[in-house]
Amino acid sequence: MSVPGTLDPPRSTPEVGKPPPIPAPPLRPRRLTWRRALRRDWQLYSLAVLPLLFFAVFRYLPMIGNVIAFRKFQPGGNPLGEYWVGLRYVEMFLNDPTFWNVFTNTLILGVLSLVVCFPLPIVLALLFNELTSRRLKRFVQSVSYLPHFLSVVIVAAMVMQLLSVDGTVNQVVRAFGGDPIPFLQQPEWFRTIYVSSEAWQTVGWGTILYLAALTTIDSDLYEAARIDGAGRWRQTWHVTLPGIRPTMITLLILNIGTFMAVGFEKILLLYNPLTYPTGDVISTYLFRMGVLSNSFSYAAAIGLFEAVIGLTLVLAANLIARRAVGTSLW
Amino acid sequence: MQVTRGYRVFQAVNAVVLTLVVIVTLYPFVNVVARSLSQEAYIRAGQVSLVPRGFNLHTYKLVMADEMFWANYRNTVFYTVVATAVAITLTTCYAYVLSKKQLRGRSALVGIAVFTMFFSGGLIPNYILVTSLGLKNSVWAIALPNAISVFNLLVMKAFFESMPTELEEAAAVDGLDTYRILWRIVLPLSKAMIATMVLFYAVAFWNSWFSAFLYMDQSDLFPVTVYLRNLIAGATGAGSVGAADADLQTAANIQAVTIVLTVVPILLVYPFVQRYFVSGVMLGAVKG
Repeated sequence: MSVPGTLDPPRSTPEVGKPPPIPAPPLRPRRLTWRRALRRDWQLYSLAVLPLLFFAVFRYLPMIGNVIAFRKFQPGGNPLGEYWVGLRYVEMFLNDPTFWNVFTNTLILGVLSLVVCFPLPIVLALLFNELTSRRLKRFVQSVSYLPHFLSVVIVAAMVMQLLSVDGTVNQVVRAFGGDPIPFLQQPEWFRTIYVSSEAWQTVGWGTILYLAALTTIDSDLYEAARIDGAGRWRQTWHVTLPGIRPTMITLLILNIGTFMAVGFEKILLLYNPLTYPTGDVISTYLFRMGVLSNSFSYAAAIGLFEAVIGLTLVLAANLIARRAVGTSLW
Repeated sequence: MQVTRGYRVFQAVNAVVLTLVVIVTLYPFVNVVARSLSQEAYIRAGQVSLVPRGFNLHTYKLVMADEMFWANYRNTVFYTVVATAVAITLTTCYAYVLSKKQLRGRSALVGIAVFTMFFSGGLIPNYILVTSLGLKNSVWAIALPNAISVFNLLVMKAFFESMPTELEEAAAVDGLDTYRILWRIVLPLSKAMIATMVLFYAVAFWNSWFSAFLYMDQSDLFPVTVYLRNLIAGATGAGSVGAADADLQTAANIQAVTIVLTVVPILLVYPFVQRYFVSGVMLGAVKG
């Protein structure tokens, strides 16, 4: 093996493939061929081997593993299934009333979470930004970030404590003369509980990116707006919001991408058979079908369907954002 | 800046709103501590909110005397250390490679990682994979499938890209190869970044429960999150729906104590690590 890092005579470029210090296009007419690239940078490529192995085995292999959605799978048998069955499992779930129920629940919980948890961090960031005392600002921020660091198990446990028959919420209900409500056993409360716990945990942390974007807004713009006679509200509307618009759109696209995967773990912890009518979502349903009932192919078909919708949503949101406002992820 | 009356009203409203935010955020913590120190009779009567009633440390002694709780706590530490070590190694290597702008095939290497943010194989194929690889009931079932978080990878890539290249170039002229440049020049200059990444991963693994829940079937292998999950599952699971309320209530202060003991390490380190998290996320946002 040639000593890596020896200089290539024709190009007197100093090592590790940095472009020449003076960018002179005519000096580099030909593109690096793969052979030369490998010879020069083999050590760099070697560092990528293990990570690529990780992506191949634990990210791309499962994508291929989705073929069991179209093949008969037997636990303990071939991980890629025994024989082709065509669209049998797809037809099965399309004709399964429970599937449509969990599909609707997923959409509703997704929309509710988006409507509540997307705008709140923006509002909160604007409020933080109006605090004049730096120490106070830092304190309020630190407190609001805290729930983000908790395990979803702890959040679920706290939700259960607060909503139990003897918990704080029912103490308030009782104080107003009502009868205690077993919130976690009643389907009509599940969506409220889920979305509020989600807001409690994510809104504070969600402000960080907006606060970062706020600091990048040119203060001259505010000055100009003031000279033009704009009050506080108009300044917020015409300077601040446009200033954080790229951040808003990026986060909106990302949120839409995870829309179908609504907090699977949290729902799994919070729901129970009594709240399935509103709480059961696609991911929890396929978890029960696959892992608990061993209908792996059926569950994989549903999972594939969910993943395809998720990807479509991201691509669509990205396209719309690029067309409409000129901001996109890529 | 002139201060109008409307603005002063706004400031007052803002102060009230933010105070409420602080109270709503902190209340559940205070409540759970109060419950953990109360006698179960008071909890059952719905009399515990901010202040413990029937103050006692008996429940703490009870939970702390449980061998399984400590065994699971040790598991959490062990899983977190192993999984974080694997994750930080793979992420650093790949991020360094991706940060080399002139590398042939770099955009393909980036694409391979980024695509997985938007499309994943899903739960079932992953479950079959981990099971077929024989990783069940081992730390690898937790560490390997989550070894690289693409978000962290992009943050770290952005950091490496922002480093001045002169030192590396000088080292190369001195005859150091890529491995030595990374080990002796780049990593020592990236201590703060690596510390941030370690925190990102460690908190995520410390808090995780689902991989263990899915792939471990012996209770002495559980992390403490699964211990807590099994404790609270009794309160919401199918079995308890018609079950005697008394059982459910008795668990209330034990639940509270377990929550407190699980959350304490996070609360203790939180004030010190919070700013690293914030700066890490910002770096990812600005560059990514």
